Amino acid sequence: MSQNGKPKFAMYWAASCGGCEIAVLNTHEKILDVDANFDVVFWPVAMDAKYKDVRAMPDESITLCLFNGAIRNSENEEMAHLLRRKSKILVAFGSCATEGGIPALANLSSTREILDTAFQTPTTQNPEGLRPNPKWKSGEGEITIPEMWSVVRSLDQVVPVDYYMPGCPPESHQIAAVLDLVIQALQGKAQLPPAGAVIGAGNSSVCDECPRKRNEKKIRKFVRIQEIQTDPDLCLLEQGILCSGPATRSGCTALCPQAGVPCVGCYGPTEGAIDIGARLLSAVASVIDSTDPAEIDRILDGIPDPAGSLYRFNMAGSLLQAGKTAWEEEKHAAHNG
Amino acid sequence: MTETFEPVIIGFTCNWCSYRAADLAGTSRIKYPPNIRLIRLMCSGRLDPTFVLKALASGADGVMITGCHPGECHYLEQNYKAMRRYQFLQRLLSQMGIEPQRVKLVWASAAEGAHLAQEITKMVEEIRALGPLRWPSGDGAHTLAKEAAQASLTEVPA
Amino acid sequence: MQRITVDPITRLEGHGKIEIFLDDKGEVANTYFQIPELRGFERFCVGRPIEEMPILTNRICGVCPEAHHMAAAKACDAVYHVDPPSAAKKLRELLYSAFYVTDHTTHFYALGGPDFIMGPDAPVAERNILGVIHKVGLEVGGKVIQARKYGHTVVEMIGGRKVHPCTAIPGGQSKGITEEQRKEIETMGRWAVEFAQFSLKLFDDIVLKNKAYLDLVLGDAYTHKTYYIGLVDENNRVNFYDGKVSVVDPEGKRLGKYAPSEYQDWIAEHVEPWTYLKFPYLKKVGWKGFVDGKDSGVYCATPLSRLNASDGMATPLAQAEYERFFKTLGGKPVHQRLATHWARLVELLYAAERWVQLATDPEITSDNFRTIPTEKPTEGVGIVEAPRGTLTHHYWTDERGIVTKVNLIVGTTNNYAPISMSIRKAAQAFVHNGKVVSEGMLNRVEMAFRAYDPCFGCATHSLPGQMPLEVTVRDAHGVVLTNLKQKC
Repeated sequence: MSQNGKPKFAMYWAASCGGCEIAVLNTHEKILDVDANFDVVFWPVAMDAKYKDVRAMPDESITLCLFNGAIRNSENEEMAHLLRRKSKILVAFGSCATEGGIPALANLSSTREILDTAFQTPTTQNPEGLRPNPKWKSGEGEITIPEMWSVVRSLDQVVPVDYYMPGCPPESHQIAAVLDLVIQALQGKAQLPPAGAVIGAGNSSVCDECPRKRNEKKIRKFVRIQEIQTDPDLCLLEQGILCSGPATRSGCTALCPQAGVPCVGCYGPTEGAIDIGARLLSAVASVIDSTDPAEIDRILDGIPDPAGSLYRFNMAGSLLQAGKTAWEEEKHAAHNG
Repeated sequence: MTETFEPVIIGFTCNWCSYRAADLAGTSRIKYPPNIRLIRLMCSGRLDPTFVLKALASGADGVMITGCHPGECHYLEQNYKAMRRYQFLQRLLSQMGIEPQRVKLVWASAAEGAHLAQEITKMVEEIRALGPLRWPSGDGAHTLAKEAAQASLTEVPA
Repeated sequence: MQRITVDPITRLEGHGKIEIFLDDKGEVANTYFQIPELRGFERFCVGRPIEEMPILTNRICGVCPEAHHMAAAKACDAVYHVDPPSAAKKLRELLYSAFYVTDHTTHFYALGGPDFIMGPDAPVAERNILGVIHKVGLEVGGKVIQARKYGHTVVEMIGGRKVHPCTAIPGGQSKGITEEQRKEIETMGRWAVEFAQFSLKLFDDIVLKNKAYLDLVLGDAYTHKTYYIGLVDENNRVNFYDGKVSVVDPEGKRLGKYAPSEYQDWIAEHVEPWTYLKFPYLKKVGWKGFVDGKDSGVYCATPLSRLNASDGMATPLAQAEYERFFKTLGGKPVHQRLATHWARLVELLYAAERWVQLATDPEITSDNFRTIPTEKPTEGVGIVEAPRGTLTHHYWTDERGIVTKVNLIVGTTNNYAPISMSIRKAAQAFVHNGKVVSEGMLNRVEMAFRAYDPCFGCATHSLPGQMPLEVTVRDAHGVVLTNLKQKC
């Protein structure tokens, strides 16, 4: 891009799906404002600056960097450190960068289990039991691929982060508002929030944005969405469908409950909560309508996957962060170099 | 000579029953191990599961939650919330690979100083047998990965 | 051995790297196209409730989550042995058709189009969507944004969200649409048909009527004679949402058609230790390496494959284009990979026509959009055509409907072997005597795999439509001889 004195913009994807990129593009006309106000200097999905070019940039020369994706492997981590150095404002963008996202569900397994599964599927022909080798001596020379780390991490678990923008992906109207704010701030017309803030989201819970009717909750049974015809106007939790709304940060306008399915927690914990799963657990347990331990157990059997349901998008950012097998594997790798 | 592992247990006690029980144990000179660090809550129903996870992630080897007997809660029904949260939490912890013996729910009335002391003593020995948890919160175990990443950053590009 | 490293590849959902090795005569000895990441969906979906699969697998790809959502939905139906009401299937296919319009538009205008509209040797700075707009007019850019906007509006109306739809559940959909929404969807669909026709005419005027481009398209450098697969309906017409997978050999003869439950008899995956991704191939033919031909199990799953593997298109305007396509290119099957760009536009037209067809179906506003499953969940397979290839989801569950095993064969993965071969062939065609000839050479290597639309293009306007390529030639001692970069 031309050197024309405009502040520099970068967007990078680590262990991500590309949905955050699409969400930025779904701001439609707003992207023209980005183009007008910034020099896009690094955005691998869209233009051809490379890692080498980023390394050559002076430190803090990138004004705004949107970093999405979790830290799954050595390359993701390298890019996190590199972009932190080169950027003034580093935003952990989307659920994966803020709390680990869906890739962090892998923290309930070790990488050995992940590789064994992938390389022994029913359709895989692998009689020699091959696994990907980070350093491989081909007939012509050594070729490399990144090393998978045992524990998936969020961005702020490897580098300091300036702002957090949750969502899977963050809703486009929120992205547009944030881009507007940054442009205004660069022009001296607005103030950026204090560092460490969550931006592009509300400070209440999804329940606050949800139009469904709410009464006193007394849950006698949990059911799965495919098991019942739901009342479209009534709170899903009251109907026995586990909904993450009570513990999830607002900002998305409760799209999923309005579409007939429960909130899945992609906007991360509400303001003031440091662990979304603990808060959701607490809220849900409070409204179970039983005082008998055996009956409580039977009711809880209706939530067959607590870890997944409580921490679906937020495992890496939770207090425990990963399961025992992942931690043991990491410890073992550290000791054996 | 090997050092004996001294478990660190965080004990969340409710003001009206179990904290008073602990007090009673003290004034009655009933010994219980110093491994437990007591934190007083007004009610077991105040226990946010976040506290338990934070304790485990911050170095505790075990957590004890104590409250009034069912039916005797000073705030009427809130210890049932503690009961339900505890049951749900155990299911989560087992999925994460944390042994169920590390988190315990004990009912103790204000008069049951001896009973509480006994439960604490029992738990300390159970955890001693299990061994330390040393849940790797923070970046300790990740140093190697960080160093490797730093090294690659200083490679001279072609 | 001399080595040319291309790192990173972009325009792939994720990351990729190419290593090109030269022998001592300076000719290409071998190439390696490496995929450097694995997130592990087949493992971490185990233990999750089955009804979450449509939303978990969305996150395999945020550009085509609609494809995963549909494949997962169908697999969930199969697991529960439940047949959703026809209104539910129509709603899903309507969402899917609108999504196809968005996706194919994005690829053609921002990725593939510039190579032809501007030419493969056009200055790097012009070979992108901006150049396209300058050449053909600002109106075109506006149309592209509109096509994307309309497509995502339909996705949100039926799917609940613009990215990562959430309404597919085992047995049907969690919501329907109102008459008001239907009207809006129909209006947007009719616009999409016109837009698709406009795009085909653009391709006609700029590529087909230009002899140099036609020669490029028909040339040998980008030709591979492989097997082709694609989903077809009971009349063997292309269908993105449902049907059986048709497999044809390099001579165009149909080897067979398989139902989703039979895919394991047809598809197997080969492993190499230098990459995290596996190489699917046809089991009945066998893995013979990265080679063309009837005896090699390498197959292709792209818009070109779908046209090759089918007997026609199910809508009238697209059918006429299908016939014109094969007539112009000398009959079926077509092996020239650059023709995929044209095939993609034929599909764009079909998707738009199908959009209108479904939007005007009397059942589309029905409130009977789900069935509650009554059978115990066991195991099931769902197959759809993702824009980039046949997408297979296979789940096993326990009796509670908790996932116990997952097997996924994802769109672009199907094409991993042919893309690798295309890269090698292009490199062999353009790199000689150890010299990197020109900027144009780099672009021609890019063009080899850009035709496959490796997962993702970027939409619209100001962003240049090319991959970042850096080619570094080192001698045997590692000293840099040449360094060519392709910037914006």
